Amino acid sequence: MNEQIKPVAIPGEIIKTGKEYLPGEWTMRIGDNIIATKYGIIDESGKFLRVIPVSGIYTPRRSDLIVGRITDITFNGWVVDVDAPYSAFLPLAEYPKFISSEELAEYLDIGDLILCQVNKNKRKGVDLTIKGRGLGKLDDGMIIKINPNKVPRVIGKEGSMVSLIKNYTNCEITVGQNGIIWIKGKELKDELSTKKAIEFVVEKSSVNGLTEIMKEYLENGGKK
Amino acid sequence: MADNIYTKRLDGRKMDELRKMSAEVGVIPNADGSATFSFGSTVAIAAVYGPKPLHPQHLQNPKKGIIRCNYDLLSFSVTERKRPGPSRRSQEISRIIEWALEPVLGLDEFPGTVIDVHLMIIQADASTRCAAINAAAIALAHAGVPMKDLVSSVSIGKLDKQLVVDVSKEEEDYHEGEGATDIAMTFMSNSDKVLALQLDGKITPEGLKEAVKLGRKATKEVHNLQVKVLKEYLEKTGGGD
Repeated sequence: MNEQIKPVAIPGEIIKTGKEYLPGEWTMRIGDNIIATKYGIIDESGKFLRVIPVSGIYTPRRSDLIVGRITDITFNGWVVDVDAPYSAFLPLAEYPKFISSEELAEYLDIGDLILCQVNKNKRKGVDLTIKGRGLGKLDDGMIIKINPNKVPRVIGKEGSMVSLIKNYTNCEITVGQNGIIWIKGKELKDELSTKKAIEFVVEKSSVNGLTEIMKEYLENGGKK
Repeated sequence: MADNIYTKRLDGRKMDELRKMSAEVGVIPNADGSATFSFGSTVAIAAVYGPKPLHPQHLQNPKKGIIRCNYDLLSFSVTERKRPGPSRRSQEISRIIEWALEPVLGLDEFPGTVIDVHLMIIQADASTRCAAINAAAIALAHAGVPMKDLVSSVSIGKLDKQLVVDVSKEEEDYHEGEGATDIAMTFMSNSDKVLALQLDGKITPEGLKEAVKLGRKATKEVHNLQVKVLKEYLEKTGGGD
């Protein structure tokens, strides 16, 4: 979406005809034709065709950083809601320190928010881990939810957009791949202006040269 | 309309002319996918939620996800107030739409889940199930559900002996000669395969073949509109909401 409008794929639409093309993600071959199986943008790299989805709910991938909410406690771990088709599981063994199975609730209770990473993709749902720097329970700050397909836009190229907002608002921002964003600042005022800035990015996500517009927006103190 | 003495229909349309169609994507921000579709004054609105875990668990299919449709007329959609709540008619149509949509969806990737499709008719002037299916197809695509193909639907009528495309309420109540026959048909948009076909009335086997042929041609127009609104929506918003 950066330079020019990329070609759009509609489910069932023939993207390319010819035996030489290879079907990638969300495409399939019927006879000579490569057809799209999801609504999105066509990405063509050489002979390899794939569709990048633009809407719909989040599907977890390995090593994704996500924000989730504890919904249940079992004898050997926690059940986590991550806004995906399935709930995720955080095993006791993936907690950074040893806990006996009686005191699970003392460390992470129902309703707590955690920053975690997808460890394993199972047939139904995923396993999570909170072993790693910065991962674990989120105690303060605020959470906002955006469309998970807009996450790459909010992060920007190599994190350019997030660091730009961070610089101007003095807040820590962690963008989960599932579209849940954790904002932490010294004051509530800062957090609110960060929230506004992120919502602005989401709203303007299809505009070209968004980083420049964003700079202007932030210099004006959050006025459009 | 016997003996083809008429060249136009009650509302001035040609025999194979659809009513003015319109569609819009992303009308319900809360839903994962949504759309409206209208044939003239028949307006359907569709909202898609999911895939999400299915409860109660005994309904889950461990091999693939399931689709659950809920079609209904809103109370104010018809001239005589429709009593709200599920009726025999609306439940039947809900099932029919489920069966019509299921073959095109790639639900194998989400075993044990459900996709909820809510279809409400906000204004009814015949062909409501066709409008609902067309809206559902757009909404499902918008929700990012894997689909082999888009789905388009149209109703073909037989007024006395004359075949007409996209029946309106006035025509549905036609009583002269052989009376009115209403055939709602749904096709896969690109491969032209029949997904659902319902016939209400009387028609000869030859007449039915003729009607299906007419339906295939008419759904092309429907499909063009569906593709157009989906493309425009993406260009306008960059996808999502």
